[in-house]
Amino acid sequence: MVQKLSDGKLACAHCGELCATSGSLRSDGLLFCCQGCEMVYDIISQHDLCQYYELSPDAGVNLKGRKQVIYNFLEDPEVAGKLIQGGNASKAYIDFHIPQIHCASCVWLLENLYQFHSGIISSRVHFAKKQLAVQFDPQLISLRNLAEILDSIGYAPTINLGTVEGVPPPVSKKFIYQIGIAGFVFGNIMLFSFPEYLGLFDEDGISFTQLFGYLNLILILPALLYSASDYFIAAWQAIRYRKLNIDVPLTLGMVALFLRSSFEILTQSGAGYLDSLAGLIFFLLIGKWFQQKTYYQISFDRNYKSYFPVSATRILEDDQRESIHLEKIERGDILLIRNGELIPADGQLIAGEAKIDYSFVSGESDLQRVPLRALVYAGGRQMGSSIRVRIEKRVSQSYLTSLWNDEAFKKDGKEPLQKMADQMGTFFTYAVLGIASITLGYWLTVDISIAIQAFIAVLIVACPCAVALGIPFIFGNALRILGKNEFYLKSIAVLEQFKHIDAVVLDKTGTLTEKKFTSGHFEEEAFNEKERHLVAQAVIHSHHLRSQQIAEILGDVRGASFIWDRWEEQVGQGIVASIPGWEVKIGQWAWVSGQEEEKEGTYVSINGNIKGVFTFSSTYRPGIEKVFAYLKKWGAVFLISGDQSKDKEYLSGLFGRLDRLKFRQPPKQKLKFIQSLQKEGYQVMMIGDGLNDSGALMQSNIGIVIAESDNNFTPASDGILKSEQFDKIPQFLGFARSNRKVVYAAYTLALIYNAIGLSIAVQGLLSPIIAAILMPISSVSVVVLGIAGSNFLAYRYGLKR
Amino acid sequence: MKIMIGLIGVSLLVALGFLAAFIWAVKSGQMDDDYTPSIRILFDQDKKEKP
Repeated sequence: MVQKLSDGKLACAHCGELCATSGSLRSDGLLFCCQGCEMVYDIISQHDLCQYYELSPDAGVNLKGRKQVIYNFLEDPEVAGKLIQGGNASKAYIDFHIPQIHCASCVWLLENLYQFHSGIISSRVHFAKKQLAVQFDPQLISLRNLAEILDSIGYAPTINLGTVEGVPPPVSKKFIYQIGIAGFVFGNIMLFSFPEYLGLFDEDGISFTQLFGYLNLILILPALLYSASDYFIAAWQAIRYRKLNIDVPLTLGMVALFLRSSFEILTQSGAGYLDSLAGLIFFLLIGKWFQQKTYYQISFDRNYKSYFPVSATRILEDDQRESIHLEKIERGDILLIRNGELIPADGQLIAGEAKIDYSFVSGESDLQRVPLRALVYAGGRQMGSSIRVRIEKRVSQSYLTSLWNDEAFKKDGKEPLQKMADQMGTFFTYAVLGIASITLGYWLTVDISIAIQAFIAVLIVACPCAVALGIPFIFGNALRILGKNEFYLKSIAVLEQFKHIDAVVLDKTGTLTEKKFTSGHFEEEAFNEKERHLVAQAVIHSHHLRSQQIAEILGDVRGASFIWDRWEEQVGQGIVASIPGWEVKIGQWAWVSGQEEEKEGTYVSINGNIKGVFTFSSTYRPGIEKVFAYLKKWGAVFLISGDQSKDKEYLSGLFGRLDRLKFRQPPKQKLKFIQSLQKEGYQVMMIGDGLNDSGALMQSNIGIVIAESDNNFTPASDGILKSEQFDKIPQFLGFARSNRKVVYAAYTLALIYNAIGLSIAVQGLLSPIIAAILMPISSVSVVVLGIAGSNFLAYRYGLKR
Repeated sequence: MKIMIGLIGVSLLVALGFLAAFIWAVKSGQMDDDYTPSIRILFDQDKKEKP
C-alpha cells in the first residue's frame, strides 16, 4: 500500500520520506524514495519481519547519502581481537555502537537479528547507549559478515579507532549500592524511631528506647561509612588543599549529629537524631544521582581517534592491496585513498587527482586541489577519484594530531573557584564555626555541660543540608530539561558559568551555516522532463560532491535502470554522458561551452546547447536573525571564520559592525583571538563545530559545539547543541541564566530554616523532636521549591510543554 | 509486648532480604539499562522458534 503524507504526496515505504514523483510503483504497489530503501525493505520482508514498520511510524532509517563502508578490515585478526569481548570457540560477544537506533522498531528488529543468520545466537539493545550487544558463533559467521548484515538493514555500526582502542568505563555500580544502602538504613531507622515520635516508652520491663537506640546505632554505620564516604573524602581533600567547599560544613554537621546521637544512646539520655542523619545522607545521594543522570550517547571527551577509521588500504609492491590497522602505518607506506575516504596521516601525493575537503580541519568549505608531489594532511577527505599517498609521518605525529595535542587542550579541568556552592561553603564554614564558638564561649561561663550540648546543637542545625541539596536538584533538573531539548551541557559548573558571559564568538562554516554547506539553485532554460531525467541519471553515477548536490536538487531519480552508452567523468572538469540522440555535459563553464572565460557555477549542456546552471551558496541556519538579536543584548558578538569573506555584507548586517568579522583565520589564530579577548577582561562563550575550532573552544570560558548528529566527532567541549535546535539558543541561554534565581530562592528558604534552628540551638534548648521535624522539612521543601522553580522557568521559556 | 522483640527481628530480616535482593539485582546488571526494557515489554511474543 502506498503511504501518503499529510499534503497528499507519496511517502517511501521504508523511511517514510517524501518520494520524487519520478519514482515508480512496483508491482506489489510499494514505492521507494531510493534504491537503498528498497533493498533494505526487501531484506526485511524476505525474513518476514515487516512488523518492524508497524511498531512505530518513523521506523525506517533514511538511506540517502549513505556511504559505502567496506568492512574487510574486520577480517584482520588483530582488529577483530580488539573488538570481540570474549567468549570461546563457538560463542563470542561483541558490542556495536549503532547511532541510528531511535525507536521501538529499531529495538525490535535488532533483537530479532538471529533470524537473519543462523550464526547469530542473540542480540540485545541498550537504547540509551545506542549499543547492540551480539552473541554469535564465529565458526558460522565472521565479524565482517555480521557488520555487513547490520549495514544491509540500515543499521551500519560505527567502528573507529576510538572504539577499538578505548573500552568505555563501566557505569559506577558503587554509587547505586550507596543509594540502595542509604535508603535501606533510612527506612529502617524511621521505623525504629516511631515509638519515639509517638511518645511510646518502656513497658513490661523491656526498654524499647534502649533496644531501638542500639539497633539504630548499628544500622547507621553502613550509611555513614559506605554511602556517605565520598563526602568525607571530598571534605578531607578540601582541607588538605586549604580550600573550603560545601562538603566541609556538611561533613562537620554529619559528624556532630553522629557523635551527639551515639552519646545520647549510649548514656541513655535520649534517642539521638540518627533518623535525620540517615535521611540527610539518602537525600544527598538522590540529589547527586539526579545530577549525574547524563546522556550516554553524548560523549564529551572524544578525541581525534573517534574521527579516524580503524584501518586504511595499503598498496604493496606487486600492486596488491591489503587492509592495515591505522596504528601500524609506517613512513614510506603507500596508501590508497578512495573517494570520500579520510587521509589518516600526513603524506605526499604520488598519483591521482587530489581534491581535498579540509573543512573539518581548517574550516574552509571549498575543496582544495593539490598538485602531484605536494603534501596532503591528515584529516582531509578526498573527493573524487582515488589517490595514492606516500606516508611521511605516522598517525600519532601528523598535523591533525599535533593540533589536537596543542597546549590549549592541556588546560586542566580546574573549575573557576567562584563556584556558587563553594562560595556558600566557605561562608557557611566560617559562619557556623563562628556562631558555634560564640555559643560555646557564652555558655562556658554558665555550665560546661550545657556549653558542649549547645555547641554541638549549633553544628547540627547549621549544617547546610538544604544548601547542599539545592544545587544538585535545581541545576540537575535544568540540565535534564536542556538535554531533553537536545542541548547537552557537560556539568553543573557550566550552567553556573553562563551568568558571567559578556562576549560571544561564533564560527561560520558549519555553525552559522548548515554542514551540507551549500544550497543549490538551478536556473532552467527550457528544460523538459526528459532532459531533467537525463541530467539526473548522469550525475547519479558520480561521487563528486557537486554531482551529489545536483542529484539532490533534481530529486532522486529511480526507475527503470538506465544505461548510458558512454559515461565519463573528467576529473576537475565535469561529466559527459551519451545515448543515441542525446549527449549531456555537466561541469565547468569553460569545459561545457568550450569558451575561454571563467564563470561561477556548474553548467549543463544537452546536445551542445547550454541549458542551465547550478549555483551553490552557503545556507544559513533558520532563525539566525532572532539568535543574533538576542546575543547582542548579552554583549559583544564576534565572528571568526577559517573561510573566505564570501557573505561579508549579509554578515555585517547581522553583526552590526564590520570590525567584528574575522575571516581566513587558521585554528591557532582563533585560539589567540579568544585569549586576547580574555585579556581585555571578557568572559567568552564560543560556538563552533569542527576540529578547527577546538583550540578556541577549549580556551573560551564556555565552548559549545554544534553537532549534526549524535555520532559526529565533537572536540572536547562544555556543551553540545543539536543543529536543529539552533534557533532555540535564546530560550536556552535565557533559561540557563535565570536558573540562578531559583537557587537564590532556595538558599533564602534554607537560611530562614537555619536562622530558626540556630536561634533555638544557641539557647541550648534544641530538643530531638524539633530537630527531627525541622531538618527533614527544610531539606524536602528546598528540593520541592527547586524542582518546581526550574520547571516553571522551563514552561516560561517554552522548553517544556 | 514481648512479641515486639520477635516482630522487630522478623522485620529486620525481611528488610535485609530485600537489601540482598537489591544488591543481587545491581550485580547481575539489572540496573545497567533503565530504558530499553520499557520498550521491550510491549513486543508481541510471536517469535519464531529457532530452527
